[in-house]
Amino acid sequence: MIEVSGITKEFGRVTAVSGLTFSVAKGEVLGFLGPNGAGKTTTMRILTGFIPATRGTAVVAGHDILSQPLEAKRKIGYLPENPPLYPEMTVFDYLEFVARIKGVPRARRRTRVDESLEKCSLADVRDNLAGKLSKGYRQRLGLAQALVHEPEVLILDEPTAGLDPKQINETRALIRSLGHDHTVVLSTHILPEVVMTCDRVVILNQGSVVAQGTTQSLIDQFRQAEELQVVVEGPEPEVLRTLRAQDGVFTAEPLRRDGDTVTYRLSVAPGGDVRRQLASSIVRAGHGLLGLHQEGMTLEEVYLRVVSSEEPREGV
Amino acid sequence: MANVWALARREVQSYFASPVAYVVLALFIFLYGYFFSDYLFVFLERSMGRGGFGGPAETLNLNQDLIRWLFHTTSVVLLFLVPMLTMRAFAEEIRSGTIELLLTSPLTDFQIVLGKFLGVLFLYASMLALTFLHMTILFFFGDPEWKPLLVGYLGMLLLGSAFISFGLVFSSLTRNQIVAGFLTFATFLFLWLIEYAESWAGAASGIVTYLSVTKHLEEFAKGVVDSRDLVYYLTFIGLGLFLSKASLESLRWRG
Repeated sequence: MIEVSGITKEFGRVTAVSGLTFSVAKGEVLGFLGPNGAGKTTTMRILTGFIPATRGTAVVAGHDILSQPLEAKRKIGYLPENPPLYPEMTVFDYLEFVARIKGVPRARRRTRVDESLEKCSLADVRDNLAGKLSKGYRQRLGLAQALVHEPEVLILDEPTAGLDPKQINETRALIRSLGHDHTVVLSTHILPEVVMTCDRVVILNQGSVVAQGTTQSLIDQFRQAEELQVVVEGPEPEVLRTLRAQDGVFTAEPLRRDGDTVTYRLSVAPGGDVRRQLASSIVRAGHGLLGLHQEGMTLEEVYLRVVSSEEPREGV
Repeated sequence: MANVWALARREVQSYFASPVAYVVLALFIFLYGYFFSDYLFVFLERSMGRGGFGGPAETLNLNQDLIRWLFHTTSVVLLFLVPMLTMRAFAEEIRSGTIELLLTSPLTDFQIVLGKFLGVLFLYASMLALTFLHMTILFFFGDPEWKPLLVGYLGMLLLGSAFISFGLVFSSLTRNQIVAGFLTFATFLFLWLIEYAESWAGAASGIVTYLSVTKHLEEFAKGVVDSRDLVYYLTFIGLGLFLSKASLESLRWRG
């Protein structure tokens, strides 16, 4: 349903997204997981045709978003980070307006608006002004707006941001139910949200895909992923380079310093023990290996490690 | 086309849901009323021989000696009022983020511009329509010719369209309404003032005055449709719409 290959977006000299490739099958709920600034919003804006990619192609529901924008947009429902509401319009008028510009034929319009109101539990505020709605209602109206033209693909940018816990649960349930009829792509920086609502996950960090797979496989992978702590004597930048160059090591960062001796924390690939090779590479590089031990990791910890690994650590 | 109407309709509704429309309409009708009564008074004095120098009674024509000048003055009033109508058109959508809804809907950029343009034009036309009231008074007590009057209104509509199309360009350049309004006003003021460049522009004066936006209303106000003026306004409108579209497109690149 969605085929993205090699998407890169540069704003001047800043690269927001680089070489993104992934695909979403019909009826799937895909989650973009990543910290703020990872490129989730940029990716979604490219998918919806709001901004063009610098390089790469995105095909949504069989239409390339750049060469056939109108056909593609007709099949996409999009909830931006801030629901795009006109405060002076009533909920009903607003949805009717969106239905019009999305090209819903006159005969279907009324039914579609009513159905969206129903689905997002907005029936009781249909005559209220959009500008007077509470945050939870605004978010739901944003969702209703994305649904009103029965799009095949739904793209939701942080659909639960800023909601209270009860509303978050309701919204997640709603998204799950939408997954039956639509292909959904949503973004979030909350890990449990992905586990609860998505079939598949793409983890983004600093504009690149760090990991992707089915939610279950990632959970398994994460559960097995392990943390190593090594204590090495030697110049820190060189040691870091040696550690990071080792196959099977995802990330390495200094944890504690004691003179020339530094304790590093590594996260390593699941399955296969890298300790033996790691020890020999450290010694071969001429550093003093003083300690090496393994710890299990929680899901949350691995995610945090994965998304914070690329930050510059030198000179901390 | 249906979605262009939807955009235009929403635009008009949002103006009337905010104080903007009422403030501008009230201001316009106040200024127009002032000039109307002032010009009518002068017209009556002159026709009864009590003009400035106490000369003899003149035979005056309502179309040429009253309505024509009224149109001319109105065009200057519009210079100030149209920026108030156009300044929020795109700037507000950019500021509030609703532009994201429009740009991700199955609409071409030109349809979006056209929708905005028609929306503001409707508002402008209803503003002009208020002056039918004053014209009715003239028809009731006098007998102006209706054909030149119609041509005058056509000229006003073209002038307004030209103003609006350029107002939209400036509104799409910024998220700040005030900046958009000010830039629009400054540009109109410039295009009005070059009418007076004749005195110093020398050989180029013909070209320079041809550019003046209000100058081209003169023939319309007299009731004459000159193809040069028609071409001028249509080109102006076309250019404004094209630049608005280009500016909207660049929004996508500016991110």
